[in-house]
Amino acid sequence: MLEIKNLHASLEEEDKAILKGVDLTVEAGKVHAIMGPNGSGKSTLSYVLSGKDGYEVTDGTATLEGEDILDMEPEERAAAGLFLAFQYPVEIPGVGNMTFLRTAVNAQRKARGEEEMSATEFLKVVRARARTLNIDAEMLKRPVNVGFSGGEKKRNEILQMAMLEPKMCILDETDSGLDVDAMKLVADGVNALRAEGRGFLVITHYQRLLDHIKPDVVHIMADGRIVKSGGPELALEVENNGYADILAEVA
Amino acid sequence: MAKPQLKHDPTEVRLLNIARPDAAAWTGPARDAAVKRVQEMRLPARRDEYWKYTRPDTLVDYQAPAAALFHNDEGRLFDGIDRLTIVFVDGVFDAERSDDLEMAGVRIDRLAEPADIHWAAETYGSLEAAGHYVPRALAALNTAFASDGVLIHVTGKTERPINLVYEHASETSDAMLHHVVKLDAGAEVTLLENGPAAARLNMVMEVDVADGAAFHHVRAQGRDHERRAVTHIFARLGTESVFKSFTLTVNGRLTRNECVVDLTGDNAVAHVAGACVGDGDFHHDDTVFVTHDAVDCESRQVFKKVLRNGAVGVFQGKILVKEGAQKTDGYQISQSLLLDDDSQFLAKPELEIYADDVACSHGSTSGAIDETALFYLRSRGVSRDEATDLLTLAFLAEAVDEIEAEALRADMLARLENWLKRRR
Repeated sequence: MLEIKNLHASLEEEDKAILKGVDLTVEAGKVHAIMGPNGSGKSTLSYVLSGKDGYEVTDGTATLEGEDILDMEPEERAAAGLFLAFQYPVEIPGVGNMTFLRTAVNAQRKARGEEEMSATEFLKVVRARARTLNIDAEMLKRPVNVGFSGGEKKRNEILQMAMLEPKMCILDETDSGLDVDAMKLVADGVNALRAEGRGFLVITHYQRLLDHIKPDVVHIMADGRIVKSGGPELALEVENNGYADILAEVA
Repeated sequence: MAKPQLKHDPTEVRLLNIARPDAAAWTGPARDAAVKRVQEMRLPARRDEYWKYTRPDTLVDYQAPAAALFHNDEGRLFDGIDRLTIVFVDGVFDAERSDDLEMAGVRIDRLAEPADIHWAAETYGSLEAAGHYVPRALAALNTAFASDGVLIHVTGKTERPINLVYEHASETSDAMLHHVVKLDAGAEVTLLENGPAAARLNMVMEVDVADGAAFHHVRAQGRDHERRAVTHIFARLGTESVFKSFTLTVNGRLTRNECVVDLTGDNAVAHVAGACVGDGDFHHDDTVFVTHDAVDCESRQVFKKVLRNGAVGVFQGKILVKEGAQKTDGYQISQSLLLDDDSQFLAKPELEIYADDVACSHGSTSGAIDETALFYLRSRGVSRDEATDLLTLAFLAEAVDEIEAEALRADMLARLENWLKRRR
């Protein structure tokens, strides 16, 4: 599904290398987790993959179902099936959540040459999916993420994911700022979307999210590279011993 | 047309080249007095502080610069609203295309009608004359020479809005319209205005709002790219009265909208708002002057401008709180969204306060589109253009939200959305 080879990227303004040769393949139907200490490049990887300005890819490739995504505009990547759940979802005053969702769904459909969703059909689908995420009508009416609590913002991200039905989902520290109950709700939302044709890349600091979203593969990232990969037990190892042991071992 | 005699004095040149219309006798004294005011104040020139950001020469010149007609296939604005429509073509009343000027709760006459005496004789030119805290000689010129307009006497609660539609039919038209609106105590009316009016328009609207009356005003200035307009609203507000005015401007070579509001009765409320989109060689100036001269009054000024491709936006807003105008609540905000480096926003917010128990605030900002929000939208599949439009509309919506009536608000937003889309 997602294939990253020898990916190097640096911050445009500071000319500072952040990703120093990431190799990673996420298969369809699988959940991969990336863990790593602060500053290891986890979030940068998610931004580079989704096309945020300010990063320069200096080497390597990233393909989604064989298609090079690094040359695409962010909206083209989205239409191709890539989705990033933001660590800090952005507040957009003046743009209603519902308008935002409908615009996004139809923009992607249009880009793929599909028919736009009618207003009634959209309303039906969005209501049903919002309900499972405990998102009420009031939250749908409000401006995007404005005045939302941390948990509401993350649930709203998952709702967008559910509506856009991407092929490849990247979750950037979706657990940050969530209490246990909110995390459970978000994890349930993600689990409901697990499907054969869909890949997940879950970026997290902590093992606890992975109690709820059980990964198939766990990667440890440090200094801009994947330094170790393994099964779910690797996450437990981090939880118990921290990163120091692993980093010492691969050094 | 006579040849200009005094080449170096634009005021004299203009006065020599303008004829008093064949108007009702009752306007005579007001027109005479207005000519004197013009001669005393002189028409604005570039060196005038009040015209620092906007060049007045094309508005002052004795000949209106030609303006190509703009063919617009958009439907007429306010078509979904049950209203009484009055049509002016190049500043001339068009009886055939206007509705009957009959409606319960209101009496409508034309300025050009030769009635002997008229209630408007007291008002015509008087609010304009009282509004010169800063010289507004183009308004006085209008009082002196306006050829058409409507005189609206609102005696009750009108059931339908009155819609003044301004069409631009000739490339060289130079229109001078003067409206007088007088609301009796407790009366209510909504006035809608839309259209480009003429190649050049000079408009004055005097609004006298008696105690407990409410005046709502929603205006959309036509988007003819080459038209020029200077408009003036002079409003006087009685006790517990309400004045709410919103203007949408999209393009137009030059627009100067002056709004002068005097809060003369306690507990009166005045809101003046504007949303403006300029794309290209367009200059748009909002000049607002609100005077608090009574206790416990509230005023709000909310102006938003979106500018690109060299468009210039100007805001000059003043709140004057006179001695004794305690418990004044004054608010003013002007903001611009600059979509590129070629556009300019020039703002001059002013507060002048002579009372000691007031709450007045003002702010002005100028910024680019929020890149973080833009990326967020694009990461969801929304194209850069569409995302920019969404954010632009959201920015303007804060001014449009000042319109009280839901249907009118929706009308304005839909029109704006359409305009933004078409630009792409």
